[in-house]
Amino acid sequence: MFIIGGMIFAAVFAPYLTPYSPIDQTLPDKLLPPFWEAKGSMKYILGTDIFGRDVLTRLLYGARVSLIVTGLSLLFGGGVGLLIGITSGYIGGRLDSLLMRLVDAAFTFPAILFALLLAVTMGQGLDTLVIAIGLLLWAGFARIIRGEVLALKQRDFVALAKVHGCSELRIMVTHILPNVMNTFMVLVTLNVGAVIVAEASLSFLGAGIPPPTPSWGLMVAEGRGKISSAWWLSLLPGIAITLVVLTFNLFGDWLRDRLDPKLRQL
Amino acid sequence: MNGDIALEVRDLHTHFFLRRGVVKAVDGVSFSLHRGEVLGLVGESGCGKSVTALSLLRLLPNEAARTVQGQVLLDGEDLLVKSKRQMRQIRGRKISMILQDPQTSLNPLFTIGNQLSEVISKIGAERGGGVMQQAIEVLRKVKLSAPEQRVRQYPHELSGGMKQRVVGAIAMNRGPRVLIADEPTTALDVTIQLQYLNLLKELQENTDMAILFITHDFGVVARMCDRVAVMYAGRIVETGPVREVFNNPSHPYTQALIASVPKLKRPEARLHTIEGQPPVLTDLPKGCRFEARCPHAEARCRAAYPDSFTVGAEHAANCWRLDPA
Amino acid sequence: MQGYIVRRLFQGVVLLVIVTTIVFAVGRLTGNPVDLLLPEEASEEERQAMIEALGLDGPVLEQFVVFIKGAVQGDLGVSIRYRQPAVDVFFSRLPNTLLLMPAAMLLAVFMAIPLGILSALRRGRLTDKVSGTIAVLGIATPNFWLGILLIYIFSVQLGWLPSSRMGDWSHYVLPTITLGTFLVAGFMRLIRSSMLDVLDSEFVKLARIKGLSEMRVVWKHCLRNALIPVLTLWGVFMGGLVTGTIVTETVYAWPGVGRLTYEAVIFRDYPLLQAVVIMDAVLILAINLVVDILYAYVDPRIRFT
Repeated sequence: MFIIGGMIFAAVFAPYLTPYSPIDQTLPDKLLPPFWEAKGSMKYILGTDIFGRDVLTRLLYGARVSLIVTGLSLLFGGGVGLLIGITSGYIGGRLDSLLMRLVDAAFTFPAILFALLLAVTMGQGLDTLVIAIGLLLWAGFARIIRGEVLALKQRDFVALAKVHGCSELRIMVTHILPNVMNTFMVLVTLNVGAVIVAEASLSFLGAGIPPPTPSWGLMVAEGRGKISSAWWLSLLPGIAITLVVLTFNLFGDWLRDRLDPKLRQL
Repeated sequence: MNGDIALEVRDLHTHFFLRRGVVKAVDGVSFSLHRGEVLGLVGESGCGKSVTALSLLRLLPNEAARTVQGQVLLDGEDLLVKSKRQMRQIRGRKISMILQDPQTSLNPLFTIGNQLSEVISKIGAERGGGVMQQAIEVLRKVKLSAPEQRVRQYPHELSGGMKQRVVGAIAMNRGPRVLIADEPTTALDVTIQLQYLNLLKELQENTDMAILFITHDFGVVARMCDRVAVMYAGRIVETGPVREVFNNPSHPYTQALIASVPKLKRPEARLHTIEGQPPVLTDLPKGCRFEARCPHAEARCRAAYPDSFTVGAEHAANCWRLDPA
Repeated sequence: MQGYIVRRLFQGVVLLVIVTTIVFAVGRLTGNPVDLLLPEEASEEERQAMIEALGLDGPVLEQFVVFIKGAVQGDLGVSIRYRQPAVDVFFSRLPNTLLLMPAAMLLAVFMAIPLGILSALRRGRLTDKVSGTIAVLGIATPNFWLGILLIYIFSVQLGWLPSSRMGDWSHYVLPTITLGTFLVAGFMRLIRSSMLDVLDSEFVKLARIKGLSEMRVVWKHCLRNALIPVLTLWGVFMGGLVTGTIVTETVYAWPGVGRLTYEAVIFRDYPLLQAVVIMDAVLILAINLVVDILYAYVDPRIRFT
């Protein structure tokens, strides 16, 4: 909880927390180690990178990028999945089996390859990244939401709505949708970790937000070449990623157990 | 008389230690099982019948469940003090069990023959022309059609009734002294139930195997059993020969149970139901456990648990109303 | 059994068609595939030749037919960077990846099965808690960072193991651990939970009633049943494994398909990337088919339907 709160706080207030800019270079101060190392100082608490930029500052701003990307792609991918899941489950029949074939296909094929493909054709950027990660997510959402909808369809209140002459669309929006929101929220939390890792991986592979905007994955990639002389460049952002992902995963598990124990098997 | 007893259970207590409290599923159960006898253990679901059975085999489902007190004497030897290794030697050979649901009792990934082979001894196989030949013989004994093919089939290719015959064959092949049958026909179709009960009876009559027959169905008890023990909320409340108990049910719970069995002779009579719920096993009353649902409840029922009073030959029940004093 | 394999093969072909279609569509997304397919310094004649060869002046459907025809014949364009057919480049790198992937899978199998079983048998005890924590950590650690961390500890600080490129056995240690960790963690959790279900099942109770030894109950009656979910979810793990090779091979400069994918991205070598994506799909399908057959071997219920 503390870490999640901390990350959101850092992301929102990054400009007020640090006197440095995440992008401007200060070449004389390059490659300074964190304060506890011999040559480090409290001026740059976590050291500086090859361009003399403060690592802590970049980490704080990186949290912002991570959060924006994560939020948008969950909204996009999860939304698409929600839509497909409800339609597929409620309408059923041919459309359902077609969509589920597609979901199966999406599960077998690693979406990250499509993400890379998009990055090369569309160029790097926030939009590409969000679409790419959305591709990674929709299938999982669609499959589980569909299962929920299938169960809901059998329930009395849906039959009652039909008797009252509600249109199919109206039933979907007013009766089905609110009832799958719980599951949807659990899925969102459970996926935050995966999305952060995906974002970092894509950035690491040179297909994420283009430099010099700080992103944790990119920072790890940039520091990789200097691992023997300046370990803090790639190890620190990695710790940040792992910690945040770990927290979100644990939080997701906890939320699932509280709200929706049926999802246990995942 | 004593050499005649195959299994004697004395004051058995099995509790579940859960976070919300101690569930006393079996709370002082005693009974004995004579050679060649079928004893029915009757009671509604959740009264501790199955837990009693699993306690006897020492196969309680999880670590939260422990038998905390009592003795289980099989041929005079207490099973509760045996080591795990000794217990394995006893299971299947001296005491065995048929489970309730044939659909899940067999491992879906192995052939019938393979699963039977685990209860066929090496010596038996050598004498009987190989393990598979022996397995076929075993299936023939439980009257399964086309046993030569069955041994090569997988459980999902057999019907429920056929599977339960296989389970029966597995349980009985080593000629155990005691067989526990835990509602073996509940999951079967009605027509197949009768066939299965007849088969069980027939197989038993050729041996001196004793059967502890667990059921909630008094009709089945009348057909299968010599004696009956009625269980309520973790304790046995009445025992006696089947005919005796049927003609002269002495515990109000037994009376209610028998009254709730439909009778062909008096179709116009209304079926009885028992009002209320059994007590919560974490929070048992001090007195008689049936008191809250009993039409004859008195002050002393609430004050203390009733002693066992003899009603007739080998027939006893725990109810204050039977107190001659 | 045959019907089952044929059905699986058919599903595989459908997937391949979907993947190819998407690759084609993505390539046309920007409107001008010629810019993607040719090096920047290409001459006007070269461009014209490409437009004619791919029928780019014709309707989209026609272009698609040309593309599929080429794909079926193993022609997925010429790599900009390597200046040779992209498919050839893929196959020249494939053997190196096929050394690394099985190593990671073996690691996963030999670590996850015993640990998963052990934690299920000792549920709630120390063994279970420790391996559970490792699993949670293993899932949360992105493997590119794990790779760098391992390099820092074992190559930079301790100097025990080489940090990059191929060579003798010592070159395999770090990449295998990096690639295998998430598999180990995922398998372990899966095996633990399915093992718990199986231990609770009636047929295990019957096996105990038979008087079988604990070894026999666990290894014969439980393990095969507990492995079924692993095989069912194999496809998902396979996708993760391919993603993992891209990252791992990049970190360790391992000259395999994964590293090739990275190069294709970095150098904007679209023909190479498109070939890699399609060939990866073929590779995944081939492996999944093998797993499906294995699945049918393990579970007779599949064999007969």
